[in-house]
Amino acid sequence: MRQTEDHALALQQLYEGFRDPKTLQALAEQITERAQYLSRPLRIMEACGGHTHTVMKYGLKSLLPELIEFIHGPGCPVCIMPKERIDQAIALAQMENTILLTLGDMIRVPGSKTSLAKVSAQGHDVRALYTPMDAIQIAQQHPDKQVVFFAIGFETTTPMTAVVLQQAQQLGLTNLFFHINHVLVPPAVSALLEDDDCRIEALIGPSHVSVIAGAKIYQPLVDSYGLPIVVSGFEPVDVMQSLLMIVEQVLANQPRLQIQYSRAVNWEGNVKAQQLMEQFLQPRATFRWRGLGDIPFSALQLRPEFAQWDAEQVFAHHLSNEALDDHKMCICGDILRGIAQPKDCAVFGRGCDPQRPLGSCMVSSEGACHAYYRYANVPKIPGRSQGAVK
Amino acid sequence: MSQGNISLSHGGGGVETQQLIQTLFYRYFDNDLLKQAEDAAVFETSGALAFTTDSFTVTPLFFKGGDIGKLAVAGTVNDLAMMAAQPLYLSCAFMIEEGLPWKTLERLVQSMAQELKKTGAKVVCGDTKVVPKGAVDQVFINTSGIGQLALPTQTAPTAHGLQAGDVIIVSQDIGRHGAVILAERETLQLQTPIESDCTSVWPAVEALLDAGVPLHALRDATRGGVAAVLNEWAQASAVSIDVQEAQVPISESVQGICELLGFEAYDFANEGTFVLSVPASAASDALAILHQFDFCENAAVIGEVLEFQPGLVILSSAWGAQRVLELPQGELLPRIC
Repeated sequence: MRQTEDHALALQQLYEGFRDPKTLQALAEQITERAQYLSRPLRIMEACGGHTHTVMKYGLKSLLPELIEFIHGPGCPVCIMPKERIDQAIALAQMENTILLTLGDMIRVPGSKTSLAKVSAQGHDVRALYTPMDAIQIAQQHPDKQVVFFAIGFETTTPMTAVVLQQAQQLGLTNLFFHINHVLVPPAVSALLEDDDCRIEALIGPSHVSVIAGAKIYQPLVDSYGLPIVVSGFEPVDVMQSLLMIVEQVLANQPRLQIQYSRAVNWEGNVKAQQLMEQFLQPRATFRWRGLGDIPFSALQLRPEFAQWDAEQVFAHHLSNEALDDHKMCICGDILRGIAQPKDCAVFGRGCDPQRPLGSCMVSSEGACHAYYRYANVPKIPGRSQGAVK
Repeated sequence: MSQGNISLSHGGGGVETQQLIQTLFYRYFDNDLLKQAEDAAVFETSGALAFTTDSFTVTPLFFKGGDIGKLAVAGTVNDLAMMAAQPLYLSCAFMIEEGLPWKTLERLVQSMAQELKKTGAKVVCGDTKVVPKGAVDQVFINTSGIGQLALPTQTAPTAHGLQAGDVIIVSQDIGRHGAVILAERETLQLQTPIESDCTSVWPAVEALLDAGVPLHALRDATRGGVAAVLNEWAQASAVSIDVQEAQVPISESVQGICELLGFEAYDFANEGTFVLSVPASAASDALAILHQFDFCENAAVIGEVLEFQPGLVILSSAWGAQRVLELPQGELLPRIC
């Protein structure tokens, strides 16, 4: 992917410095040194599943002092999808003459009875997109079929859905429909902070959300809850630097909003993308989050003037809205609030694993339980010191 | 002569079938055993034999660095090579969707013949079925192969043969075939200067055997990639394997595709890259031999076999963090954000 022109940026340049062993080690030492002055454990929520992934995949926990604790937040669009909406996707896929489009892990997630992967194997047409823009092409190629895009994601992916709808409108496509499941980070974090049992003391905000929505979306959380917040990139050096920034804020007792990922995040964000979102989408009165329950104004829906593209309205008679709860043994809600860790769950790794998830956090590769299942509890190799740069 | 498209009659056993056999298969696979035209090929052998089969379906049929024909030969030849068996005889069965251009089939058969030359193996029997449109996707190929073991069976490489103190070597930078196929599928329009690693690796294996390098285990990292090979080995041999991530050769382009889509090169298929477990004392000899072959120019030691938790494969990062390398699960799906 390296470009031939000398001046062009190669993809590798975007990450290689941010995985530098010596830099990571230096940051780890600095955090360890500064954390000595913490009076008690510091519980930091990384709101986004991508950050959970970075922490676990790159083994950052093994580099950090025990006083730094992670609370793995609700920022995985697949994990937070309640079962009834997965069932809606499945019901849409099972309609005659229909192609259902969605993204990534959504295909694998079990609803109440089956999954999109299984109905696909039964002969229904379910496709995972690499980019939402492919929806346009698929709808054009199949004018005789109804094509439903089951749109998921946080603020990051929402503008793309708006662009697809804008194009569908311009092209006069009448066979492309949207089932909107876009959700918002700040209301979910607010809901967690409002909880009396909440133990979140600082927040790492996802950079990609703020590339679109700006860092400004977190200021109310700093103002209302005195929460130190750092908007962070996803490479290991980014996360380590953000942790150091949070520790410094806590030690100085000066909670504020800082941008670590200054490479692409600013205060305002991408104003054009925000306008596009507002043009096509509006807040939903309430949305049920898997593991967290109903949170007002925490998700988006199509504006009424786009009802003819809204799968929830056009195909309403196929869709049930009855709330479906997770297995009663599941403690995902507690894990998301920071009250419990995956290892505290009685069914973790026993009745609940990535192939047969009982709850939201085990569902997608970005979920906390899934990440723990995959990356945690690596037995120590005898005679090998962890955390040492070789 | 212009042949147009393959039709159902080409699989009917009559004149058209004969024409197909004569003008394509006899012409390109040209050998005496095949041309005996009996119901089965008859040949004599001595000693231990290896026998394997594989079916090939790939979209697109032609990709950078290969095609389904080359793949069908290399895949089966490589399965034999991984048992330290010299590939001798192959069968070849085509399942063809009616309407496949004759030219396409001819290109595939030519490609197979060319790949066979790398090892001297021969296609000695075959079959052709033509099925109605939609029953298969263009063409599926099955090949079976017989090879002659170059070592006594008790010293032949085996998945059960890993020993503590072995090192793990990969013969080439990993993940190229999987990345190429992913990039070439219509849904992903990437411009990447990578080619599939698809090739017959027997010449390199033969050179290792000739030099007397002790090969405890050999496996081509096809579907499931290096992750699957290492996990299967760790379980079969009841050992653990510690992989040093920084030593694993991965091309920039393959890594780029992984970064974009959230995949790991360990999970990507390879079609001409194999993994070796050899005693640490033999590592430098093995590498020196592998590096003589252009399809092994990036061969590298990537880890070691430990007498530790049986069945566990660990990835150690350059900064001393560790994680478990798991068997890939389900279909590879790109990450969402």
